[in-house]
Amino acid sequence: MTQATAASNEQSTMNTAKADSPASGLAPTAKTAAELPKEVLVKWLYDMQLIREFENRTMQAYQQAQIGGFCHIYTGQEAVAVGTIGCTNHDDPVITAYRDHGHALARGMTPNACMAEMFGKTTGCAKGKGGSMHMFDRPNWLFGGHGIVSAQTPMGAGFAFAAKYENEVMGTGKKKVTLCYMGDGALDQGCFHEAQNLASLWDLPVIYILENNGYSMGTAIHRHTANAENLIDRAKGYGIKAAKIDGLDIMNIYNEFKPIVDECRENSRPAFIDLKTYRYQGHSMSDPQKYRTKEEVDTYKDKDSIAKLCSDLMNMGHIDEAGWKSMRKEISDIVRASVEHAEAAPIPEASELYTDVYANPQKNLSPTATYTHGTKNPLM
Amino acid sequence: MTTMPMIESDIHPAVDNPPLPVFVPEDQMPSRVGDRIIQYREALKEAMSEEMRKDKRVFLCGEEVAQYNGAYKISQGMLDEFGPKRVIDTPISENGFAGMAIAAAMTGLRPIVEFMSWSFSFVAADPILNNAPKMLYMSGGQFGCPIVFRGNDGAGGQLASTHSWCVEALYANVPGLKMAIPSNPYDAKGLLKTAINDPDPVFFMESERMLGDKAHVPEEEYYIPFGRARLAREGDAVTLVSFGRPVNFCLEAAETLAAEGIEVDVLDMRTIRPLDIESIIERVKVTNKVLVVDQSWPFASIASEVMAQICETCFDWLDMAPARLNTADVPTPYAKGLEYDYLPNPERIVDAVRKML
Ligand SMILES: Cc1ncc(C[n+]2csc(CCOP(=O)(O)OP(=O)(O)O)c2C)c(N)n1
Ligand SMILES: [Mg+2]
Repeated sequence: MTQATAASNEQSTMNTAKADSPASGLAPTAKTAAELPKEVLVKWLYDMQLIREFENRTMQAYQQAQIGGFCHIYTGQEAVAVGTIGCTNHDDPVITAYRDHGHALARGMTPNACMAEMFGKTTGCAKGKGGSMHMFDRPNWLFGGHGIVSAQTPMGAGFAFAAKYENEVMGTGKKKVTLCYMGDGALDQGCFHEAQNLASLWDLPVIYILENNGYSMGTAIHRHTANAENLIDRAKGYGIKAAKIDGLDIMNIYNEFKPIVDECRENSRPAFIDLKTYRYQGHSMSDPQKYRTKEEVDTYKDKDSIAKLCSDLMNMGHIDEAGWKSMRKEISDIVRASVEHAEAAPIPEASELYTDVYANPQKNLSPTATYTHGTKNPLM
Repeated sequence: MTTMPMIESDIHPAVDNPPLPVFVPEDQMPSRVGDRIIQYREALKEAMSEEMRKDKRVFLCGEEVAQYNGAYKISQGMLDEFGPKRVIDTPISENGFAGMAIAAAMTGLRPIVEFMSWSFSFVAADPILNNAPKMLYMSGGQFGCPIVFRGNDGAGGQLASTHSWCVEALYANVPGLKMAIPSNPYDAKGLLKTAINDPDPVFFMESERMLGDKAHVPEEEYYIPFGRARLAREGDAVTLVSFGRPVNFCLEAAETLAAEGIEVDVLDMRTIRPLDIESIIERVKVTNKVLVVDQSWPFASIASEVMAQICETCFDWLDMAPARLNTADVPTPYAKGLEYDYLPNPERIVDAVRKML
């Protein structure tokens, strides 16, 4: 990192091209994580800890009824979002489901915009119109945040289609890879199978990243999907490259995922990744978690991805106890500031109800509503 | 227009619209009479092809649109002209390709998605209803969805209940989308060109039974604005308000009635959302009687909506309660005679008008 990037709560612009520097906006070129520059590895730790701390504050705010609706906590899965996004260029499209705070932060959304969105405030990424499940960040190429299980999977193919179209028909000369995240519950939806078929049939560079946390709400994976131990064979049935990756170790994610990203980009082909991970919290903020034992949760907490990376970096001499402590302090300050920001930010004016419904709000579109243009989105 | 900025730009879909076509007043539109007689399906193709020539962001996808030249021959020849990257055959995978095209629209492309029939759109209900019309709002104005979904709507020829859906009432309920439903070749072309240029999702309703209809379509370019109804026939006894294929039934009925000395208005709404209520009010003030003719079921239909708006806006001008004529409130039958009786056919319209006199 340049901790300044995340620390400053400002939109990252990422245009100073220095190879393997996070500020370049380009994916690193190193073959293995061990060869990555220190600043990249330290930024991973920073981003993962940022997500963890952010989610802790999110839970507090939810319990204090400052956040409403459905709210899904990403804690435990941090290595997935940070590690996989860390293998992409900044303008590679990203789309995910409703457990999306981690992806938003990993993509560069400011904690302020993310927290304010959950508080339903005008400075939120969707001006308070989307909430926890619908994080959109156009400058950071994040296309949501989608609440319907698996609805994002055909769209993932669509961003890959668009990038290919823009390259081949419009002549942009850019080869992009789309990352499409999905929970294990999304495996069972028909549209995912349609999406895989289209992606393979049309050579679309989209990578389906299964965040396999073992549960679809309260239903364990072996109770909701057939042949759960061997999911990659399904993708192979569509002629899609597939791999199973341990998602708790971010160095491992980079080592195994980066070549797949490069290959999909180069060959314009899809891939499917079964990333084994675990969520520490309940499915949403209202989950008594009767379906799993505390012992099971503890087994995974013992393999915590942040603790693992931190100890790896200490062994490599990239960070010491004092550095880790001051990093956590800095993050904790930033996240606390994001809550303060969200508390203080203005609530939407009543008139905002009727804005952003139509991009071309002509008259007579509704018998009761008069639509108008909205205020400019704070991210844009 | 090929140089329109893609997502890299800071263009804000909810504020900085790309330029819309220029719309001229109705009396300055090119003539509807002339000898350039083409079919409704050719008018649709001309609209798509003209816009695709101008703007590389526009592409067509759907089942059988390319190599087969269109299941209903609407896209005949388009593959030859634009190639397989822009005229794209899809598998029978409506949920998949509709969702895919919506994503493409979010990045700034301008997809035209052909549903072989709107009856097949239900398997894509989630993307077309939950994503396309709500994307702009949910993203707080960051991502628009400039997409056209088009296809056959309403009873074809004896296709029975699964294939004869009129989806306009079901779908027009959703804020964020626009809906156009042309009744003739001239309007089909002008409205489709506008739909392709509109920055919002447009649900465009055609009819298999009208694809072979022929009329003069001018050589020169024109765009028909959404929300402008057309008085297709002027009378004084009753105002018939309709849209899509039943406009033609109304015109037939009007001929029959004229032979009896009864002159009725036929007001073709052309778009349902927006709905040109001002033009309806204007005619109600003249005839004081209104019959809404709608080819979908009566319960919570577009006819219900039009009647409600009439009652809200010009109740005092009515001599009697507004009336409606819908398809029979049953699944669509197969048998030829039954299907005919089911539709708001000219005989039923004539009967309904007589009852209002
Ligand atoms: C189509 C649909 N059905 C049901 C739901 C309700 N629901 C929301 S999340 C969820 C579980 C999904 O689990 P998974 O895909 O494994 O993701 P995870 O929560 O583990 O991240 C369910 C049933 C929904 N949002 N959409
Ligand atoms: Mg899960």
